[in-house]
Amino acid sequence: MGDQILHQLIIPILLVVAVVLPLTLTVALYVYWERKVLGWMHVRMGPNQIGPLGLLQAFADVVKLICKEVILPTNANKFLYYTAPLLALIPALAAWAVIPFGARFALSNANAGLLYLLAMTSLGVYGIILAGWASNSRYALLGAMRSAAQVISYELAMGLCLVCVLVLAGSLNLTDIVNAQAGHKGILDWFMWPLLPVFVVYFVSGVAETNRAPFDVAEGESEIVAGFHVEYSGSTFALFFLAEYANMILVSFLASLLFMGGWLSPFPESVPVLGHTSFIWLLAKAFFFAFLFLWFRATFPRYRYDQIMRLGWKVFIPIAIVWVFVAGCMKYYGWVHIGTGG
Amino acid sequence: MIDPSVFQLVCFYAFAAVTVIAALSVITLRNSVQAVLSLVLAFFSTACIWMLAEAEFLAIALIVVYVGAVMVLFLFVVMMLDIDQEKLREGFVKYLPVGLIVAVVMLVEMLGLIGVRVMHTQTMGVNPATAAGMSNTAWLGMALYTQYLLPFEVAALILTVGVIAAVALTLRQRTGVRHQQASEQVAVKASDRVRIIKMAAERPVDSQPASAQESKS
Repeated sequence: MGDQILHQLIIPILLVVAVVLPLTLTVALYVYWERKVLGWMHVRMGPNQIGPLGLLQAFADVVKLICKEVILPTNANKFLYYTAPLLALIPALAAWAVIPFGARFALSNANAGLLYLLAMTSLGVYGIILAGWASNSRYALLGAMRSAAQVISYELAMGLCLVCVLVLAGSLNLTDIVNAQAGHKGILDWFMWPLLPVFVVYFVSGVAETNRAPFDVAEGESEIVAGFHVEYSGSTFALFFLAEYANMILVSFLASLLFMGGWLSPFPESVPVLGHTSFIWLLAKAFFFAFLFLWFRATFPRYRYDQIMRLGWKVFIPIAIVWVFVAGCMKYYGWVHIGTGG
Repeated sequence: MIDPSVFQLVCFYAFAAVTVIAALSVITLRNSVQAVLSLVLAFFSTACIWMLAEAEFLAIALIVVYVGAVMVLFLFVVMMLDIDQEKLREGFVKYLPVGLIVAVVMLVEMLGLIGVRVMHTQTMGVNPATAAGMSNTAWLGMALYTQYLLPFEVAALILTVGVIAAVALTLRQRTGVRHQQASEQVAVKASDRVRIIKMAAERPVDSQPASAQESKS
């Protein structure tokens, strides 16, 4: 009995904590890094007062947010107003269940991992829409509308990009997808080369899907104040914030796993030390993509709303559809080397 | 000791209860946004039931397609509409007889269908996916793209026709609309917009101060 409880209850819970806790810490440090990078790009210092090098800034912000009062707007739908942040956060965390961190470590090595990810990322939009509607505010509703339309449009392009990957890999299992990118040529075996246009489309769609600059019209500070979460304060706002950053890190991890070989080394296996597969490679790649999010934010001005829709529907989706066909040809005629084991 | 099959049964009844309650509240809730959300919950718990039945692909497809896309659009429309609840309820008594007849006919049809199925009691075969040693998704893909390729393609064709029909129905040619041409915007050069002219610096003819000129005139 005790043994069964240990194996079916306690160990899974410990494993979940082992993923979610570092994730939350990473979000805190990511926010610090974002402010620091933006600062450097604007020739400012960024946060540098709290803790050594300002490292504790994010934690100070968390304490501040938790201590603040949670305000309920007049005539807001109370139940939905309080559930909306949870509806945003739960899918963002649940998606991490199928992410493999190494050849042998994933919370759930599900066969339909990629499908599950699609399902979870498509659920996140409910938090945003309901937050906008339940706040009983024009700005929030407008933000929610913009976000819903944007997320649905870019999800299509993203889904088609994932189809290209799974056509080449021949599997929906994320561990298998990474293993399919293994080979003797290191970096040249990764899916980013045969699927280069789709790789770009995927990452840009990921930026749009997480409502980040330059596609952040859902928040559009200069037009609709802060969009869907304008009425949220204190810890409820912190939950939205956490969900958004967890999603950004998720997109970074997915881009590294699906297109850049996950934990595989960019060097051929014959190179000593550097040629070994390692968790560190995955972290380095994800860090690179996470940095791109910040770089984009500091570089590009915000897209106009109709331009975002045009880019999604008239540019990305056609490219992705054509490349599904190309990927099919690559697989059928064996133009691409597909690895089998890691 | 928790028996897995008992646990599965408990889960099934729990999900089924949630589905039924959510489906009932879709038609009883006054607020249309809440009704749509109940429908989302009904879809979600149905997906859970399908997951229990080892139909993982269908379950996740239900969430991706219906919960993630169709219902979001639904919610979108319902939130934008300013529905007058009182006006809707006015017609309730008028349409009640018609509604009841439709409901009774549907009930009889369903019961008939269930009765026919019960008479032909056919035992379910073993799960073909497990028998083939494949995952549910892989087996479904294999079956759809080999054995049932033609029906599958026909279904896809019908859907495509539906999409084109929907676009054709709603497409209006409006005159006087100035669309943005992205390709032209990208192709534009600075020389098309701005003309830079070289000219010699000009000097005032006489170097009197401006105030002196004003007082003169």
